[in-house]
Amino acid sequence: MSSGSRSQQRSPWDKDVAIQCIQSCLDREGPLLPILHALQEEFGYIDEAAEPLIAEALNISRAEVHGVVTFYHDFRREPAGRHVLKLCRAEACQAAGGDPLALHAEARLGVAMGKTAADGSVTLEPVYCLGLCAIAPSAMLDGRVVGRLDERRLDALLAEAQQ
Amino acid sequence: MTLRLFIPVDAGALAVGAEDVAAAIAAGAKRRNLAVEIVRTGSRGLYWLEPLVEVETPAGRIAYGPVAAEEAEGLLAAIATGGAHPLRLGPTEEIPWLKRQTRLTFARCGVVDPRSLADYHAHDGGKGLERALALGPAAIVEEVVQSGLRGRGGAGFPTGIKWRTVAQTQAAQKYIVCNADEGDSGTFADRMIMEGDPFVLIEGMAIAGIAVGATKGYVYIRSEYPHAVAAMEAAIVAARRGKLLGSSIGGSTFTFDMEVRVGAGAYVCGEETSLLDSLEGKRGEVRAKPPLPAHKGLFGQPTVINNVLSFASAPIILEKGASFYRDLGMGRSRGTMPIQLAGNIKYGGLFETAFGITLGELVDDVGGGTRSGRPVRAVQVGGPLGAYFPRALFDTPFDYEAFTARDGLIGHGGVVVFDDTVDMARQARFALEFCAIESCGKCTPCRIGSARGVETVDRIIRDENRAANIAVLEDLCNTMKFGSLCALGGFTPFPVMSALTHFPEDFGARPPQPRLQAAE
Repeated sequence: MSSGSRSQQRSPWDKDVAIQCIQSCLDREGPLLPILHALQEEFGYIDEAAEPLIAEALNISRAEVHGVVTFYHDFRREPAGRHVLKLCRAEACQAAGGDPLALHAEARLGVAMGKTAADGSVTLEPVYCLGLCAIAPSAMLDGRVVGRLDERRLDALLAEAQQ
Repeated sequence: MTLRLFIPVDAGALAVGAEDVAAAIAAGAKRRNLAVEIVRTGSRGLYWLEPLVEVETPAGRIAYGPVAAEEAEGLLAAIATGGAHPLRLGPTEEIPWLKRQTRLTFARCGVVDPRSLADYHAHDGGKGLERALALGPAAIVEEVVQSGLRGRGGAGFPTGIKWRTVAQTQAAQKYIVCNADEGDSGTFADRMIMEGDPFVLIEGMAIAGIAVGATKGYVYIRSEYPHAVAAMEAAIVAARRGKLLGSSIGGSTFTFDMEVRVGAGAYVCGEETSLLDSLEGKRGEVRAKPPLPAHKGLFGQPTVINNVLSFASAPIILEKGASFYRDLGMGRSRGTMPIQLAGNIKYGGLFETAFGITLGELVDDVGGGTRSGRPVRAVQVGGPLGAYFPRALFDTPFDYEAFTARDGLIGHGGVVVFDDTVDMARQARFALEFCAIESCGKCTPCRIGSARGVETVDRIIRDENRAANIAVLEDLCNTMKFGSLCALGGFTPFPVMSALTHFPEDFGARPPQPRLQAAE
């Protein structure tokens, strides 16, 4: 299980690799979400050029594929920063002092929630619950979870994310 | 003699350093030439004590916590030489917070190695399935009906009735779908069980499959839970090897297999019909009912769709019998509820108990009040769609009907505590904003109503035509409540209206009123 950080760096867009990703999911029932997850795992985002490939493989319209990609918060339309820092913004973390921490992170990184730093180091994202509500406020840096966040612990995460 | 230590791999324990503690103990053991076996378990759910380290002794497990990585080696040395240490909590099972619980669904969570099917069986796992196979499909359904189990996802629909409907519907293919899209803030029970006792969920789904004649199952887990996804996937592989899944479950002629599907960050997919659409590879839009999923569910086939905790309760019900389970609880809420204490709370965690405990007992007595030390002002029960309760309603018993009677809901059992610094107008605004962000867009009251609601609350906060705008907000909430297709639009009025009703002073409507129970 991942307790260490995993940088968000992925391979550059490649049509043949994308087709392989798509093919690898076709034996599953309702394969579209698994396909999109596989593509995002490979490239870090869903390239627009993937949509017609998926449409053809599944025999559905490109509009349907586009509709699904854009419906879900997880699927990116462009690569994220080298790190992704998710701060929980839901009620349990609000109750435990999450709001000032979110403002602190935005100020310190110089980016608004949902945006990527100009130097490409980090994407700061809101997340609505990590299920760590008894050790709130919580965050996730590249898949590593952190609870009982305070300014000191957050600063350490921010420093790591800016590398 | 080898020392046996238990350290959780639960995400909540990892988030506060359990991995570093395990590494420090392993390194310390090597340095000191001590024979140590570290078993990684789920969490007991006593999160203020995480990372919790337990050691096996002839008198049972002894707990230490919360352990910081820096003190781990010193702790190991103390354990090796008799066990006295400032962090010693005594026998784990005797910790009052744990002892006063009734752990049925969570009996093994935090105790067993979630990756070991052998450990599962050694702790009574599989007995429900065994009895289910002896009973046969019709009697399994009857047992679940008689137990009084109601859907633990939030709606509280009788689980057995759902199973019976699917059992009676003819089709070549039926499905079992587990809703593990636990998106409600303040809830983490599904995550804990999947990370700490995944086989109980697999067993429960297999029992459901046998009962209704379904051979294929899906567990739809939200992407925010990578540890749960990994734990379930590993458990499914082990379960196939151990004949808990596959073509001859438990040596019988029944076939059932399942797989994990990962969500993609849409809160609305916790609604059962949008979850089904998502599984089919579509936008997670809510379906109009009827048809019920029990008649036309996944890929149009009869489908049992239940929450993680509902399936995870089936094995104990089958093992011990319906009356054992039904004898716990109150009114029409039978059995136990895994309640999750969260937010600004001193003793937060998983508290499984029979229905009937009051909100006040949970928050003040079990939870110990706020972590900040300030007075408790509001408690949101049941996630983002649940009502905010003031202290004046702390006598409400934890029971589906009692909460409904007070314009609230127990939902998935999350209890989020706020202290007196909370601004309830802001919380009402957030509820509407969240609904606007997460609305699937299919029905107008939810899609448009939530956006207009945010604007209206903003006007109230800015003191523009306050009385008129409060009337608009009430009217809007009424429209959302009765006009929305699903609980997202339909229940968002609960937090909004409860904030407005119980905390009018935060909306500036009147001068602050003396609080009824302010004298603590």
